[in-house]
Amino acid sequence: MSTAVEERTRRPAVRREGSPWTGLWAVLQKEVSDHLTGIRMQILEALMLLTAVGTVYAASQSIRQEIGEDPFVFLKLFTTSREPLPSFVGFLSFLVPLSAIALGFDAINGEHARRTLSRVLAQPIYRDALLLGKFLAGIFTLGIVLVGLWLVTTGMGLFILGVPPGGEEVARGLWFLLATLGYAGVWLALSMLFSTVFRQPATSALTAIAVWLLFAVFWDILSALVAQALVAQQPGYGPTELAQARIHLFLARFSPNTLYAETLLALLNPQVRALGPVLLTQLEGAVLGTPLPLSQSLLLVWPQMVALIAGTILLFCAAYVTFQRQEVRA
Amino acid sequence: MTVAIETQGLTKHYGRVVAVQDLDLVVQEGEIFGLLGPNGSGKTTTILMLLGLTDPTAGTARVLGFDPTRQPLEVKRRVGYLPDSVGFYDELTAWENLRYIANLNGLPPQEAKIRIGEVLERMGLSDVADQKVGTFSRGMRQRLGLAEVLLKRPRVAILDEPTLGLDPEAAMEFLHMIRGLRAEGMAILLASHLLHQVQAICDRVGLFHKGRMVLEGRVEELSEQVLGGSYRIRLEARGPEIHGLLRGLPQVVRVNPEGDGRFTVEARADIRAEIARRVVERGELLALSLERPGLDEVYARYFQDLGKEGRT
Repeated sequence: MSTAVEERTRRPAVRREGSPWTGLWAVLQKEVSDHLTGIRMQILEALMLLTAVGTVYAASQSIRQEIGEDPFVFLKLFTTSREPLPSFVGFLSFLVPLSAIALGFDAINGEHARRTLSRVLAQPIYRDALLLGKFLAGIFTLGIVLVGLWLVTTGMGLFILGVPPGGEEVARGLWFLLATLGYAGVWLALSMLFSTVFRQPATSALTAIAVWLLFAVFWDILSALVAQALVAQQPGYGPTELAQARIHLFLARFSPNTLYAETLLALLNPQVRALGPVLLTQLEGAVLGTPLPLSQSLLLVWPQMVALIAGTILLFCAAYVTFQRQEVRA
Repeated sequence: MTVAIETQGLTKHYGRVVAVQDLDLVVQEGEIFGLLGPNGSGKTTTILMLLGLTDPTAGTARVLGFDPTRQPLEVKRRVGYLPDSVGFYDELTAWENLRYIANLNGLPPQEAKIRIGEVLERMGLSDVADQKVGTFSRGMRQRLGLAEVLLKRPRVAILDEPTLGLDPEAAMEFLHMIRGLRAEGMAILLASHLLHQVQAICDRVGLFHKGRMVLEGRVEELSEQVLGGSYRIRLEARGPEIHGLLRGLPQVVRVNPEGDGRFTVEARADIRAEIARRVVERGELLALSLERPGLDEVYARYFQDLGKEGRT
């Protein structure tokens, strides 16, 4: 054994030759066509379309009365909820992770299970191309679906409200799409990571859904509990309440769901001017209720958006490293 | 002839487990080399190292002059690989499966179309080109796998357990197809644990045992080396003292009487004519046939001997 180790250390550092992107386009093409024709995606598309039509219709009914009062009536289309339906973005933050997980959970272990992995990797491509191709294909597919949804809802809005969206509304809508893609990226990268770690597609799907449940339902409760435990409660005393709220927010922001919710809040409601606890003294001189320009809203959610993208990259890197070190043999 | 595959001291350890140890292998172009041995003896690991799909712990490999560790793309562009129990995308047709592989190889669409038609035709799959692979039988999948290997017009083909799971007739047909490839100057590396099945088409074989290639050479050479007499002659004769007569013949290593006038003679050469002449002089010859000992026997005998040596 020791000789083998010595030999390994004596080997000169080897650099592989050839581009890691070779074959990326072929993988991307195949995966996108698989996604778009697959029954899995069609079900999700139908589900998303139904909720979009339902929620936007419900929202437009309640907005109709106030046209003319609000300059951002089109954004309201996405955020207004009417009992018993939640708003469009509420549904979206629920369905986007599910679809991302559905697209990614069997990315690698599915190839193992079908025994196609060694055959594909025996072609002149690196593993990089396979993994990245699958990831980009997932993002691309979700992108197509989201743009489609956005166009459908905007079209419906035009039809029902009878006013065209303004330039800033369209711009905010596009940023909203971008943020949603970042959010989807986190879940796609996570489910792909699980698909490289676990050999059974069912295991990776369940694990991904468990993580999603944790963040969607329990994370906020947990972070509130932790914040309460960390800071001794003194009801009515400002500083401790503020400290507690800050810790709660800090912990909650580890969840992609919180980040996404905050991003949407600021992007789709121009009146929102802060995403955390605000002291009265900080509001001195502020004209409350006036909308912020897009650039200021973007500034507000910049950290959240960067965090979403960084999370995606980190999770993708973890999947990449796991995949590179894995044995091809089943 | 040029060298297609060459390895020197190729070694792979998984932790403490030795998968392949000090493998020195040379395969020429236009030759079928059989990598034979039981499951888990290191055949597949060797193949994966040759394709650059796993890195060797020590030693070097050269495939068509390229280093699989450093230049895997160059190697994989020129080497076709049929994995052990090959899988396809069941929801795609045979044609679509091959088109994906053609795309991964960067073949231009027109060229890909021509080549796919060609290889499907050659493997007798033209009629089912537009059927989903999910409906294919094991034999058809295997042929589709070989079609995929041919798609990139490789100079080296590596086939892992190509006949596993095929019925005897399909296996023979498949081996026949493989032999056809050698005629085109391709080097073929064939790994299998079904020794008797593949020995017929291999020019040379290497027998693996626990990660080491313990025997290497032509099948006849190996049986000569391990079994002594490499010719086994069965005969049935009537007459006095046939046993003594056979034993006295030159080139005979051993004579086993099997009763009722039947004998098995192990000899160093094909001495059937000699036996026939001498037996007829003495009595009646009823049957005479030559039986070549198979690799299974070589393998079994070799390890039997090793075991004995180990004990003494």
